[in-house]
Parts: sequence; structure tokens; C-alpha cells
Amino acid sequence: MAKLILSMDGLVLKEISLNKERVTIGRKPHNDIQIDNLAISGEHAAIVTILNDSFLEDLNSTNGTLVNGQPVKKHFLRNNDVVELGKYKLKYVSEQPAGGAGPADFEKTMLIRPNVMKNPQESAKPAPEAPPAMAKATESQPGGVGPVVPGPTPAAVAAGAATPTASAPTAAIQLLTGANAGKELELTKTLTTLGKPGVQVAVIARRPHGFFITHVEGAQFPIVNGNVLDAQAHQLADHDVIEIAGIKMEFFFKT
Amino acid sequence: MKLAEVLEVVTRTDPGVVRAHNEDAVFGSADHGLAILADGMGGYNAGEVASGMATTLLSSNLLDLVQTCSPQEMDGQSGKRLSHRHIQEQVAGANEAIYNAAQSQPQYAGMGTTLVMAWFYDNLLTVAHIGDSRLYRLRGAEFQQITRDHSLLQEQIDSGLITAEDAKYSQNKNLVTRALGVDPEVEPEIHDYDVEPGDVYLLCSDGLNDMVEDDEIAMTLQTLGSNLPLAGDQLIQMANDNGGKDNVSVILIKVRGDFAAPRGWWQRFLAWFK
Repeated sequence: MAKLILSMDGLVLKEISLNKERVTIGRKPHNDIQIDNLAISGEHAAIVTILNDSFLEDLNSTNGTLVNGQPVKKHFLRNNDVVELGKYKLKYVSEQPAGGAGPADFEKTMLIRPNVMKNPQESAKPAPEAPPAMAKATESQPGGVGPVVPGPTPAAVAAGAATPTASAPTAAIQLLTGANAGKELELTKTLTTLGKPGVQVAVIARRPHGFFITHVEGAQFPIVNGNVLDAQAHQLADHDVIEIAGIKMEFFFKT
Repeated sequence: MKLAEVLEVVTRTDPGVVRAHNEDAVFGSADHGLAILADGMGGYNAGEVASGMATTLLSSNLLDLVQTCSPQEMDGQSGKRLSHRHIQEQVAGANEAIYNAAQSQPQYAGMGTTLVMAWFYDNLLTVAHIGDSRLYRLRGAEFQQITRDHSLLQEQIDSGLITAEDAKYSQNKNLVTRALGVDPEVEPEIHDYDVEPGDVYLLCSDGLNDMVEDDEIAMTLQTLGSNLPLAGDQLIQMANDNGGKDNVSVILIKVRGDFAAPRGWWQRFLAWFK
């Protein structure tokens, strides 16, 4: 379950679990998190939690709410976001399931019975039309009914897609023959095609553990260091000489 | 003119890097203009059972139907094409079979599956889906998601609760609001689309689109569209290179030409000889 760590001037005041659908923050005593300070509005902000996601909303406070230094009206909270209200800071920590069942179990697609959930954003937005209810099960709870599932591994799921090859070295191709001899082409994209469409095309795929050349189209297959490739992907080594559509080029790693 | 001459279909499915089981199931037939993909869920191997039942039942029944029916004709009752009624009937049958198996066999309790299927006929495409398996289309330079997930996250995006950008970081990705075989009845979402020569269609399970950005998928189809099997391998490889946390399946369909249904008696006569 996610939690908030309340602090002021670097001093931790308390930890609050986000165990309610809606947690309110403000100066008045009826708030879930009461901060008795004149810079804080009576009802300053609220955090709405839907299963494993939490959303921060500023309730038209006088002095505003910042997240990581930026003023926000509504904000989707990510792990380690820092929410500022006046001099107070709230750090959002979304805990991941530790040990026990592997995270993979928790990522299994599941069905959700919507009556378990209300749309907690009762302000402004009309609730989406309730879809038909359903049952679901996972390996961890066969035949279970509750949709409460600890979250998957952190933002890595999505972030992984954004930077798949961040750790891979960079490499380039330099043309050795033909009209553009001497020209260099850096292999920054996941896929780089070489050759002439309709005649002969090969592709170099950039993968976490290296660069691989594969034949795409044409009767001729690419030649690497004098050897004709088959349909399989071939891993390129530093200073390999590739020949495609009659043009020779050299593959090399950039340091 | 025969479908097999104008459609190229490639299917790929892979358990991914993390999971031991593959709960996805795929079916594709250029001859019949059919592609079906299902992503099963449920304990132990029940997910595989549900997705396997879905693709097997739907493909075997529809293959027979495709030979005899005229899906492009209008259904007087509903005002929609006959393809819709055929799909609804077949999906209802598959749903009932999976639901009954889940009810009667304790080890299958709670199993279900997503579904996305594409049916090509008469220069048209009818797409039906349930859950978060998707269909994308590459037309020229434009890559577009055609289906909208039946998922909690999609509903949150629709209601304005979360932006599409933030949704990438949501921890509620795995919750679908509709599935085949979990209730006595299910409603597939069905729509028709015009098909143009050169189009490339992609059906995939969330194991692809959760691991690989749409831009990268689009680039792969654009770059490797001339070699569909290689494009299929590349998509699976990218999902696995990025972590392969889920089973990943893709069906690619490339449209090479026109496939209008024969209209006049002479055309039908000729088609009969082909």
C-alpha cells in the first residue's frame, strides 16, 4: 500500500498509509491529515486512491499545492513524488510487493467487478458508465473475488519500454564504396534499414546485448566479411564489413 | 481475387521472459480471411484452456460459415451486416462453452479470456473485441489503434481522471472490465472498417503494447512491412528485450490487393471456376 511521509524542514513528522479511497489534507480538524498552520487552507487537498494508483487534487487552496516544485491542480502521483503545502512536504512512496509471490503473479490480467469500485472523483467528472460485472481469478487466489492486487514492479514496466536500449553501446556504419563512400550513419534507432527497396534490403536491429543484421527483402542476402548470411539474424562485431546491394560498409562501435 | 492471394497472414506467440506458461492463443487463415487472438486468465493452466477454447471454437465454426455465408449483406433485423450476427452467435457459443467448463470443473473456476478477431471480406474488415487485446492498423504512414480496451485504465482515461501519458505509469494496467467466459452472457464490441490495398493490420495481446511503445511498433511495421514474418519476429523480440513480463502474441495481416465479393452472375460464375 502506498503511503505519505509528512515532514517539515527535513524533520519527519509522521507516516500516513493511503488506506482510504479518499484522504483529505487541511487545517481544519475533520481532515484525515490535519496540518494546523495558517498557510494551509481549511480543506487544502485530497488524495484519491484507486487500487494501486493515487491521484492528488488541490481543493482550490489559497496558497496552492506543488508537486516536485510545480504547482498542480490535479496530479497522478508517482513513486517518490514530493507534494508541498506551505512549508510542509509530503513524500509519496508506493510500496511494491516484497518477496513471497513473484511480481509476475501480480501482473496477471484480471477482471474487475466494477461494483467494488466507485468513481471516487465525485467532483466535476461524471462517473463512467458502469460496465457489466465479472468474476476473476489469478494464480495467487484462484476463484477469488476481490480485485485488490499489489502493484507490479515499479514504473520500470512502462519506463522499460521508453529506454529499452539505454545500456547498449552506440555503433555506426561507414560506407566504404559507392557514391556516398565515407558517409557515416549512426545506429541510434531500434531498427535501421540498409539497401535499396525492391532490390535488396537488410535491417540492423539494436538490442540490449548488441547489434544484429537480418535480411529483409531481395534475392541477394547480405554478405558479412565475405560470407553470405542465411535468413537468421547475425550479430555484428566491431569492424565487420557488410555488403548490401553492391555497396560495402563497415560496422564499428563508437566509444 | 481469392483471399489467400491478396492477404498475407503471420502469427507469432511467445511465453515471454518471465512466465512459464503461455496463456495466449492465436489463429490466422489467409484463405478464410480470419484472425483470432485470445489472452487467457485464470489459475494454473486455466488461462490456456480458456484462450485455447476461444480460438479453437471460433475458428472451427467460422471457417465453415465463411465458405457459405455472405457476411457483407445487410441483416434486416439489426440493420448491420450479417457478419455481426455471425460473430455474435459464435462468440456467444464460445462464451457459453468456456463459462460452463469453468462452472463444472473446479480447476477451471474463474477462467476467462480476452478476444480480438478480424474478419476480412468484400474489401471490408469486421473487428470484434472483448477486453484489452488490440487491433492496430498501419495505412501509409499512419499507425492507429482501432480497438479501445475494455479496461479500468481506459475508462479512467475516458473520464478524464488520468491522461494517456500518465496511464503509462499506472499500476492498474492489468484490470479488464469485460472478458469471454466469465459470465453467462458477454457482449463483444463489433465494428466494420474499409480496407485498402497496402494496409497492414496487427492484432496483439497486452504483452506487446505494455512492453513496446506504439511508436516503436509503428516503426517496425513501416520498416519491415515487406517481410511480414520478420516483422512478427521483431515485435516479439522487442517485447522480450524490454523485459518480456507477459506472454506476447501478434498476428500480422497485410493486404496486397482488392478482394471485392463477386457481384453479377458472370463474376460469380467465374469465381466458381477459380
